[in-house]
Amino acid sequence: MTALRILAAALAVALVPASGALAQGVSPATLSEACAGCHGSDGTTHGAAPTIANLKEEYFVTTMQEYKSGKRAATVMGRIAKGYSDDEIKAMAKYFDAKPFGRNPQKFDDAKAKTGAGLHKKYCDSCHEENGRKSDGIGVLAGQAAGYLAYSMADFKSGKREMEKRKKQKVDALFEEQGPAGVDALVHYYASQK
Amino acid sequence: MFRTNRRDFLKVSGAALAAGTVIGMPHVAKAAGGKVVVVGGGPAGATAARYLKRADATLDVTLIEANDSYHTCFMSNEAIGGERTVESLKVGFDGLKKAGIKVVKDMVTGIDGAGKKVTTQGGQTFAYDRCIMAPGIDFNYGSIDGYSAQAAETIPHAWKAGPQTTLLRKQLEAMPDGGVVLMAAPPNPYRCPPGPYERASMIAHYLKAKKPKSKIIILDPKDAFSKQGLFIKAWTELYGYGTPNALIEWVPGAKNGKMTKVDVKGMQLEGDFDKHKGAVINIIPAQKAGPIAFAAGLVEGAWCPVNLKTFESTKVAGVHVIGDATLNVAPMPKSGYIANSQAKVAAAAVVALLSGKEPGDPAFINTCYSVAGKDYAFSVAGVYRFNAAENKIIEVQGSGGLSPIDASAEDKKRELAYAHSWYANIVKDSWG
Repeated sequence: MTALRILAAALAVALVPASGALAQGVSPATLSEACAGCHGSDGTTHGAAPTIANLKEEYFVTTMQEYKSGKRAATVMGRIAKGYSDDEIKAMAKYFDAKPFGRNPQKFDDAKAKTGAGLHKKYCDSCHEENGRKSDGIGVLAGQAAGYLAYSMADFKSGKREMEKRKKQKVDALFEEQGPAGVDALVHYYASQK
Repeated sequence: MFRTNRRDFLKVSGAALAAGTVIGMPHVAKAAGGKVVVVGGGPAGATAARYLKRADATLDVTLIEANDSYHTCFMSNEAIGGERTVESLKVGFDGLKKAGIKVVKDMVTGIDGAGKKVTTQGGQTFAYDRCIMAPGIDFNYGSIDGYSAQAAETIPHAWKAGPQTTLLRKQLEAMPDGGVVLMAAPPNPYRCPPGPYERASMIAHYLKAKKPKSKIIILDPKDAFSKQGLFIKAWTELYGYGTPNALIEWVPGAKNGKMTKVDVKGMQLEGDFDKHKGAVINIIPAQKAGPIAFAAGLVEGAWCPVNLKTFESTKVAGVHVIGDATLNVAPMPKSGYIANSQAKVAAAAVVALLSGKEPGDPAFINTCYSVAGKDYAFSVAGVYRFNAAENKIIEVQGSGGLSPIDASAEDKKRELAYAHSWYANIVKDSWG
């Protein structure tokens, strides 16, 4: 047994009473199930509010912390996020990361979705890989709520929501070259994905 | 995974027991099934049933509800304003059945707390290990002299959605332009605190488009109401509030807004000093817990006191009460979202108690949207916890609150979209 392993074993033993005490607190499921009223059962939506299932832990934590601090603008999430401690946010992040990203049927226009598929390849696929299904370190676009996607794009354009440099270049180019119709087509494409 | 393993284990242990071998796993054996009877198919009862089954598929869950379907009160004001159909508010119980819940159409009329069973109007008896009651609300018709269940067939309350919603909508449609709509608002506490004012907004929204010479007057026993600043601002921006041509007027208690009597035939509401004639009248009476709460001895005054960690009644052991009928849950409002949130906490507590475990601490969210007009909505939100030291529910400091009073037009529009999204999600989450 290496020293590290001994240490880990000792820690695990030492942690038992602590986690036992935590079990008397609010469980991750109890914290997270209350979100379903707006985000859908297990975090998969049926409306304009985003699906939060399968968000990677780090992405979830960053997003909630930005809502909590006011860095990211919101209608209601700023008020909600302030109700949770850092540890609780981490617990919810883990809970939702483990849930599958569901895709409930959304309305979309076929022609727009087809145009959007092309635009995705050109402007988005280098980060949002696998036709927008990639979730590692990035938001899932495929099957995400169309309403939420449209609001996000509007906020990126207005500067209300910040972007990384590389992403900003692509989004700026998209708006410049394709205009609102192009953005709309993209939203239809993501809404069309099952 | 866990459930499957446990089920398999139970099969094995059952066989072993049958063969006369005792396996020393009382904890697991205790978790074997358990009968839970849920009374009421509204958002609280339906959510509780669904989340019981989610937590433990081996539970035997029976939901007893008097009707074939439920019309959600939430969004029913949009139906009154003509923005959606009453039919669109209807939810059935197939989703619950698909989840393995036995849905029984009958009305629970009594509970034997010691014998752990409920009895129904139809003469059936259902035994339970734990019971979850979602009695909803009933009306104190006597709060307005002359008002009654029968009078409500002419002058609707429309505070339980369905035929009453349709009736009020039809009366508004039939009213000639220039007619005055009267609303007698209820005293606290009542289901959906911002509801009467959202309703007045939706009626004004309809009048503005179709009957601009008409107006709605809210006659209120209170001097303040939920989301007041936001509503007044919306009414000022949309309906000329405070001007001679206002589509909405609000008469507070201090200005004799409290109505005490109705003349059903004469279509007149009366207070201690003033009389008001209406072409259409909507009376939202004072409220109390649903009838079964009284029959079962669950009430203290008009509502049901509960253990704030488990929602077990402090009056009848083994019976949990959730939703609008609860007494001591303030500052949590009597809202659909809170009913759904409380139901999950109660379901988790019941599952823990049935398996001999200590229930975890609860956590709740409320998000309540009000639609004020075209592209115009706002919300109140709250995150709530149980404070064991003071034995009360508290709102987490710094969290929650109202939409900003200076929200942009875009944000008001988004809140409307999120309100509709909320509706779709909470209906699915509650009824499946």
